[in-house]
Amino acid sequence: MIPLWLYLLVSAALFSIGVFGVLARRNGVAVLMSVELMLNAVNINLIAFWRYLAPNEINGFAFTAFVIVIAAAEAAVGLAIIISVYRSRHSVIPEEADMLKG
Amino acid sequence: MGDVNFFLILSFVVFSIITLGGAIGVVTTRNLFRGTIWLMVSLFGVAGYYVLLEAPFLAAVQVLVYIGAIAILFTFAVMLTRSLTALTDRYNRPIANLVGSVLLFALLMLGVILPVWYGWEFDPAIMTTKVQDTAALGAALVDKEGFVLPFEVVSLLLTAAMIGAIVIAREVEEDEKGKRG
Repeated sequence: MIPLWLYLLVSAALFSIGVFGVLARRNGVAVLMSVELMLNAVNINLIAFWRYLAPNEINGFAFTAFVIVIAAAEAAVGLAIIISVYRSRHSVIPEEADMLKG
Repeated sequence: MGDVNFFLILSFVVFSIITLGGAIGVVTTRNLFRGTIWLMVSLFGVAGYYVLLEAPFLAAVQVLVYIGAIAILFTFAVMLTRSLTALTDRYNRPIANLVGSVLLFALLMLGVILPVWYGWEFDPAIMTTKVQDTAALGAALVDKEGFVLPFEVVSLLLTAAMIGAIVIAREVEEDEKGKRG
């Protein structure tokens, strides 16, 4: 059987790649994609701990389902904001969306 | 038994390569349309992990919701914002951010993975216990001792988010512009 720490290792690597994408990419759509990678790393963690520590309870399983729903809502709103900013600014670079700055 | 273990490890290695390779493709590719394809590849690898961890329902949800819906949504967003995306630089301060991410990974290794590796006593009995299945999840979602309140709240949140997305992304009519400022 695959040990738990291997799942945690992959999940930590996926999360770090996602953090790099969020911090470094200049394109807003790419930033949102990296956020999805981070959410998936969290899901792997939740399911791995659920399977190895409490498989006879439902909590880890249900939490992962909720995280997937939240991720869908986040992607829809995030992309709508990016498209709306693109319409007014003709740019998808987050730094240039500074209309709210005083 | 040895054969089962061999295929288990082989599939774990394959899914790891798919997941991490796809993720690296997402953060490095210049063409964002290819980036969405890499995202689908990576999400598919995560679905494979769900199968290995005996959560086949979540694997199906992952393929349907993430690959079937969210990745397609990203494809639309890339196409709608396409014309200028190829002109910009890919990265903001890539070296500093790369160092930060590697440091975060090292920190996670030290703080979480090493203690689990050394300190956690593996109980082989847990591998043979019966895992909770999809029927139990369905019952828990409508059980008042379980998740019925979070379930309703998340349904409301999803509806609000979808309506909000439509309102935000809607094209503003010319005669309406004055009213909205």
